[in-house]
Amino acid sequence: MNTNEHDRALVDRRLFLKLSGAAGAGVAAGGILGHGPPAGVAAGSGTRIVAVACNHNCGGRCHLKAHIRDGVITRISTDDSPDTAGRPQLRACMKGRAMRSRLRNPARLRYPMKRVGERGEGKFQRISWDQATESIAANLKRVVERHGPASVYIQYATGDCGAISGHAAAQRLMNLMGGYLARYNSYSSACLSYTAPFVTGYRDTNSYQTLVASKLIILNGFNPAETIFETNSNYYLARAREAGARVVVIDPRLTETAATFADEWLPLKPTTDAALFVAMAHVLIAEKLCNREFLDKYCVGFDEEHMPAGVPAGHSFESYVLGRSDGVEKTPEWAAGITGIEAHAIRNLARAYGTLHPAQLLQGLGPQRHAHGEESVRAGIALACMTGNLGVPGGGWGGGEGGRRLEIPIGGLPTGANPVKTRIPVFLWTDAIVRGTEMTAADGVENGPLPSNIKFIFNLGSNTLVNQHADVNRTVRILRDEGLVEFIVVSDHFLTPSARFADILLPADNSLERADIGVPWSGERYVVFGNKVVEPPFECKHDYWWLSRVAERLGLGKAFTEGKTEEQWLEQIVGDARQRDPGFPSYEELRQRGFYRKDPEEYVAFEKEIRDPARHPFPTPSGKVEIFSKTLYDMNRPGIPGVPHYIPAWEGPEDELALRYPLQVHRAALQAADAFHLGRRSVDGRGRPAADVDQPAGRGGARHRERRPGEGVQPSRRAADAGARDQARSPGRGGHSARRVVHARQGRRLPAGMHQRADQPAGHAAGARQCAAYASGGSEEGLGK
Amino acid sequence: MTPARAQIGFFVDATRCINCKTCEIACKDFNDAPVGRRIRKVRSFEGGEFPTVFAYNLSMSCNHCEQPACVEGCPAGAYSKRAADGIVVHDPEKCIGCRYCTWLCPYGAPQYDAREGRVRKCNLCVGEATPVCVAACPMRAIEVGPLAEIAARPGSTIALRDLPSPELTRPSIRYRVRKEAQA
Repeated sequence: MNTNEHDRALVDRRLFLKLSGAAGAGVAAGGILGHGPPAGVAAGSGTRIVAVACNHNCGGRCHLKAHIRDGVITRISTDDSPDTAGRPQLRACMKGRAMRSRLRNPARLRYPMKRVGERGEGKFQRISWDQATESIAANLKRVVERHGPASVYIQYATGDCGAISGHAAAQRLMNLMGGYLARYNSYSSACLSYTAPFVTGYRDTNSYQTLVASKLIILNGFNPAETIFETNSNYYLARAREAGARVVVIDPRLTETAATFADEWLPLKPTTDAALFVAMAHVLIAEKLCNREFLDKYCVGFDEEHMPAGVPAGHSFESYVLGRSDGVEKTPEWAAGITGIEAHAIRNLARAYGTLHPAQLLQGLGPQRHAHGEESVRAGIALACMTGNLGVPGGGWGGGEGGRRLEIPIGGLPTGANPVKTRIPVFLWTDAIVRGTEMTAADGVENGPLPSNIKFIFNLGSNTLVNQHADVNRTVRILRDEGLVEFIVVSDHFLTPSARFADILLPADNSLERADIGVPWSGERYVVFGNKVVEPPFECKHDYWWLSRVAERLGLGKAFTEGKTEEQWLEQIVGDARQRDPGFPSYEELRQRGFYRKDPEEYVAFEKEIRDPARHPFPTPSGKVEIFSKTLYDMNRPGIPGVPHYIPAWEGPEDELALRYPLQVHRAALQAADAFHLGRRSVDGRGRPAADVDQPAGRGGARHRERRPGEGVQPSRRAADAGARDQARSPGRGGHSARRVVHARQGRRLPAGMHQRADQPAGHAAGARQCAAYASGGSEEGLGK
Repeated sequence: MTPARAQIGFFVDATRCINCKTCEIACKDFNDAPVGRRIRKVRSFEGGEFPTVFAYNLSMSCNHCEQPACVEGCPAGAYSKRAADGIVVHDPEKCIGCRYCTWLCPYGAPQYDAREGRVRKCNLCVGEATPVCVAACPMRAIEVGPLAEIAARPGSTIALRDLPSPELTRPSIRYRVRKEAQA
């Protein structure tokens, strides 16, 4: 909204107030409508409004207000501070707005339970919290004594993103017991996080506020309309478009992002993004649209004249693109055969990128979430440099979106130091169960070898145990075998696919049932505070609470809690933040206000390196952007060559398997799927649209991205369709795989709300419109009903 | 029907709508509406042939029509149209649950609830400073204002490819939509 629009909106609001006030005056005594006062009017008449938080894991966090009457939450509203162009309100999306239905959901876990059937069978028996904590303490002690602390693994978890999360509390406990097997990498951005530092030294992105300065915005596998990603990401995008930016969306699906924002949609075949980029580079070179001055000044490895010493000729990016190194010229025609995008469309995009300045290339997480996902990341940075867009307002390269260096410096529950120095790449935790002691540096093990295979797993607020991981059938076989992992503790809100594999299953509280702090990671500078407004139902408890009791049973109670309650930890965390940031409010102020926010900043990544390269060299070996990385070249790994290449992904469109299996699973992280594990269950099992379903589901890890087939973070060789097996068996049960969208390679659009049910043929068989009808509940959704 | 002195209506910028359904859920939360009772809905439409396809979303509740079929057709007198601002209000106390209105309304605004045995619909959050959907939309795509003003905005339209003819009930809503969606 520009300023005029905003003013108009204010006028509208005042006018509306006047209108409704005037109209209501005559009948005020009996309620405006003659049937009592409408809900919500009661503010000031026995209703308290208290700041709470949506603390699920998208890139943002949202400020919510709970309206409470007689101890019951009657309504959820959101930020109502002035909504200005420079400081737009932090308006919660439907996930936050649906919080009431999540809290009171009948499917919530209520009591601690122990497994009574086979592991994974889903048969449990109610036990007391005393029995549960006793069993966890005894098994933890036994496993640590027999196999050592490195046999304990704390699963990747994003279901509880508060400052005092279960996984942080578990780390704290384990560090008092000798440590635990640590992990690195992430399911979200492994290829990006690993690769970008080789090129630019560190990973950073322009802030959303700079989008409005762009003349061209290229969204590559970035789909904020369905994933939200950050509280105001879509709003900034809309404003940029209204300010005149041309928007091109590269995505296999006509996503809501493409449908809403795209002037042009390029439906490429999944995993072929790097081929498209390399061909765009070819056009920029062939048509002399490269910013040679920028490349010469700030980059190494673009052409043969700017290569590091000791590298034979023919290894520059230009040589690769022009086919001098391998005899294959990477023309748009070459890429058309790979990507499915016509050569003229590739040419047009390259010309637009080469001439419209500044232009921003925003890459989502999907294009790096498959085999050789590193290459589209590196090729994207190369393109941004070829067009002189790095370090420029309205330009820039946004890798994986988020990761901006803007966060307010606030910590969480102190976890202490881990005495175990061995780390595994997160994706290989199942390997660490079956062959941990045999894994080596070639598997990515750091400070190995592992003294033991994984024998004990904490899975707290996470669906990674089953649904998040690839090759679910294999994972399930491993987890079922009690001779491998001896004990699994799960806490969650719902019986997710992961929770079914618990030996002890614990009912977790919700963010409105405890006080906590939330911090966005995508770059807006604020923190939210959520007050405890209701008691947890039944015997639901915060992970910190039961972990304190486990610690007590192990004689570590005092060391674990330091005599502090959760609230006292929060006060300490806020106190520490105040030391680092004098503007940070007091605990009481934060609690009352519900958020602390600095003005959004027009932040430009790598601005200082571009402005003053002598004083601020890129933190790479050469001090420049390394389009050719000598470090990677010297590793001599064909999967990650010195300059970005297009390398066909296994199980991708060029794999010979495609001849036998012409359809490709392309898992879409639709917003409703987000809701599914972030806050709500997306579907009620009868194919109703997401927005009409009030049932929440597992609080397991978050999704905010596209998934590509063959997903899996290198160095795995297993392609993924996480959760597919489980979902097919139990639709709508838990986890985030409810949305396994199957569609033809050509990327026919499946509307939000479309999903594949176990009893329904894949959506691609039906026409798009039929899909829409099916997705929204068939005949019920006609306009006339 | 006598025209309202100053009819108010919705302005929905469909070029901004990302189909996130926050308006729908916020409305549902405010109205304590159970599953199946969608007082506000976001509907998706699409067209074209691959690869030249398009899609757009329309958020809609009650359109507080200038010639409301529900007011005319309700046998129980549960509906009335306010003279001052033209808001069409439904009084659930008078509703007998016959569902005639759900057949009459071309937009699916009245929502029958089998458990309550009666209908509920958007009363434009009368009494609230700002309608909940307007305050909720993360895209700032829903506004409320005098119909005469919103109808005069650039790009404002009501005749859409996928909607019933506005001549049926003269709905008090205007859209900004992509050109493919215009009738």
